Amino acid sequence: MTDHSDVDAVTGKSTTGHEWDGIKELNTPLPRWWVISFYLTIVWSIGYWVVYPAWPLIQGNTTGVFGYSSRADVAVELANLEKVRGDKMVALGAASLADIEKDPALLALARAKGKTVFGDNCAPCHGSGGAGAKGYPNLNDDEWLWGGTLDQIMQTIQYGVRSGHAKTHEGQMLAFGKDGVLKGDEIVTVANYVRSLAGLPTRNGFDAAKGEKIFAENCVACHGDGGKGNQELGAPDLTDKIWLYGSDEASLVETISQGRAGVMPAWEGRLDPATVKAMAVYVHSLGGGK
Amino acid sequence: MNKTINPNELKPADDTGPLYAPRKKVYPQSVKGTFRRIKWGLMAFCLGVYYLLPFVRWNRGLGAPNQAVLIDLPNSRFYFFFIELWPQEVYYFTGLLIVAAVALFLMNSIGGRIWCGYLCPQTVWTDLFYAVERLIEGDRRERMKKDKSSDPMKLERISEIVLKHSIWLLIAWWTGGAWVLYFNDAPTLVKELLTFQAPMIAYIWIGILTATTYLLAGYMREQVCTYMCPWPRIQAALTDEWALNVTYRYDRGEKRTSVKKAAELRALGEHVGDCVDCYQCVAVCPTGIDIRNGPQMECIQCGLCIDACDNVMTKIGRPKRLIGYDNDINIQRRQEGKAPVYRIVRARTIVYSAIIAAVGGFMIYTLATRSLLDVNVLHDRNPVAVKLSDGSIRNAYTVRLLNKSGYDRVIAIDAHGPANATVHVIGVDSVTPDRPMIVIPRDSTSELRLLVTAPADNNPEKSIPVRFHVTDIGLGEVASATDNFVSP
Ligand code: SF4
Ligand code: SF4
Repeated sequence: MTDHSDVDAVTGKSTTGHEWDGIKELNTPLPRWWVISFYLTIVWSIGYWVVYPAWPLIQGNTTGVFGYSSRADVAVELANLEKVRGDKMVALGAASLADIEKDPALLALARAKGKTVFGDNCAPCHGSGGAGAKGYPNLNDDEWLWGGTLDQIMQTIQYGVRSGHAKTHEGQMLAFGKDGVLKGDEIVTVANYVRSLAGLPTRNGFDAAKGEKIFAENCVACHGDGGKGNQELGAPDLTDKIWLYGSDEASLVETISQGRAGVMPAWEGRLDPATVKAMAVYVHSLGGGK
Repeated sequence: MNKTINPNELKPADDTGPLYAPRKKVYPQSVKGTFRRIKWGLMAFCLGVYYLLPFVRWNRGLGAPNQAVLIDLPNSRFYFFFIELWPQEVYYFTGLLIVAAVALFLMNSIGGRIWCGYLCPQTVWTDLFYAVERLIEGDRRERMKKDKSSDPMKLERISEIVLKHSIWLLIAWWTGGAWVLYFNDAPTLVKELLTFQAPMIAYIWIGILTATTYLLAGYMREQVCTYMCPWPRIQAALTDEWALNVTYRYDRGEKRTSVKKAAELRALGEHVGDCVDCYQCVAVCPTGIDIRNGPQMECIQCGLCIDACDNVMTKIGRPKRLIGYDNDINIQRRQEGKAPVYRIVRARTIVYSAIIAAVGGFMIYTLATRSLLDVNVLHDRNPVAVKLSDGSIRNAYTVRLLNKSGYDRVIAIDAHGPANATVHVIGVDSVTPDRPMIVIPRDSTSELRLLVTAPADNNPEKSIPVRFHVTDIGLGEVASATDNFVSP
């Protein structure tokens, strides 16, 4: 107990017995309600420890008598949210792809939904904004290996590319070098020829006629006359400015000799149809869609 | 200050009691006078504004709420007469808070805690509750007697107490009720409340505010100001020696004597004080202090002791304002025979006023020039730029259009930046392909995805500014925003 026997001369009040630099602290007790409130907060906090999870243990924590958990709360809220959004997702599932893009409300919903789902599932390969990377198509540009209409995009998302799904896109770039179809100098020549198709500069002394011949014999089947590509086979247009694996001679030589066969998983079955639809609309609205 | 204490006579106070100090109940006496009149006037004004404002109507046209002051939380709108604020404009509230805080500082540097004494809701409602108490239970003496009475269970006394608490609760309930009216159309809500159709949250808020009003104004009273409110402590740190506080002019008051004694001594030519030790100033004080002990933290500067003492001075034929708004500097100066000086205009008050004028002026300016059509642009980050198959460059932007007016607008979007660039809005097939047109419904925002494409032969070097113009086709109103057009 502090010593209250000391009395301050000026005010006649007792002091707490504390003194700093000659200044004595007067004993001015707090009002009753204040003290009671203070004790109540202590009681309250004890109640809190008992009722709610409070103390961290080495593994886990005390759970409280009600077993309350904020995770469970979040789960309930999410379930409620799904319920609230349910109608809208149903509307999304029912509308045709073209109609979704024409209805501002549905478009906004599809874009929002598609964006989050894209972030969760597609971003690891295609980047968070669909910018792609070497070997992973940029979804913002207008070159589409398997077609860029809403329906084609939807189909690619659903079944994937070389994914093993029964309806998946097949077709691949053969390994002309590895398989011994073309020899080294032929590969360099046809690589330069392909660069010339895209308007890129070619190596000095490259034989265009020979390149054209090799191309006609080996490549036209998939890439078409003049290298315009074929979306049925996922064969890229070689005349444009977009190159999935790079357009420099070395990259092209690698592509021609080793072949290419990128894989995209099928999302049917992993995501519900309305979500796949939302994602198709989102990808289409990135700006590259046809 | 005036008491001289002989330390040898002091006995330690009895501290064997509990840790806390029981409250000393205050029985403020009624008083008449200038400051009391000011207080009544301000009380009527403040309460009038608070209770009636939700019923004031303001015509904003079809479809918009016609309540002059309305905080529309579900739609995130705030209406204040001709002003309509959107969530994007919350900075007006920041400005308002700055002005309010500095206004409080200004008041404080001029007249101490005049806010506390005249305008603070705690003071206003406590004053109102005291008025009710006085009306029913009588003035100070009567109330003290009744509280002390050994036989409190008389029917008359019980009915008095019941009546008082009923009226208090009624006022408290009305106070909570008025509060919720600011958040919904008042007449409709009143109807709903009466028929128990109102949303639960309204009843909860009314309940909370009824309880707090009843407790704070009926029971806590001056204790709120002394123990709970941070402002007395803040203001003590903000104030300076020129601020006018309610001050007992002890240079004039001391030494205290009785009226008779004073007259005798004056006749003999001796100096006597004007204070007759009648304790009127103490009796009227709502915080129960004796202002003659000097400035005290509890004093809320209500000026009632001034009125009380003025009445006494008039009666005994001495000049008024033995207690008045003054400062210690002047007391010292008068004691030295110098004339008192009052300095309202000083560095502090000038700075405060300047801040208020600057912030207030800026707010008024921005409000006056505030546009009802607005556009925000956000550049895509990943990718920042896209090369298309024909070699042209495209940048994508998220554009948010705000139509704050009460009518739907048809707007057109143009982009000025890269030469010959085309603009396309996803989901919009415009009749004018290079100038997308869309409708933004009234009082709403639209978020669009917008693509700007620069042709291959016009690829800008790396990054050039691009300006988006949003034009209301009908009214010609234009809003614009600038961002960058980037090349990969
Ligand atoms: S001392 Fe005077 S001004 Fe201060 S609170 Fe009491 S009555 Fe009001
Ligand atoms: S009311 Fe005036 S005269 Fe009476 S005690 Fe107070 S200061 Fe003195």
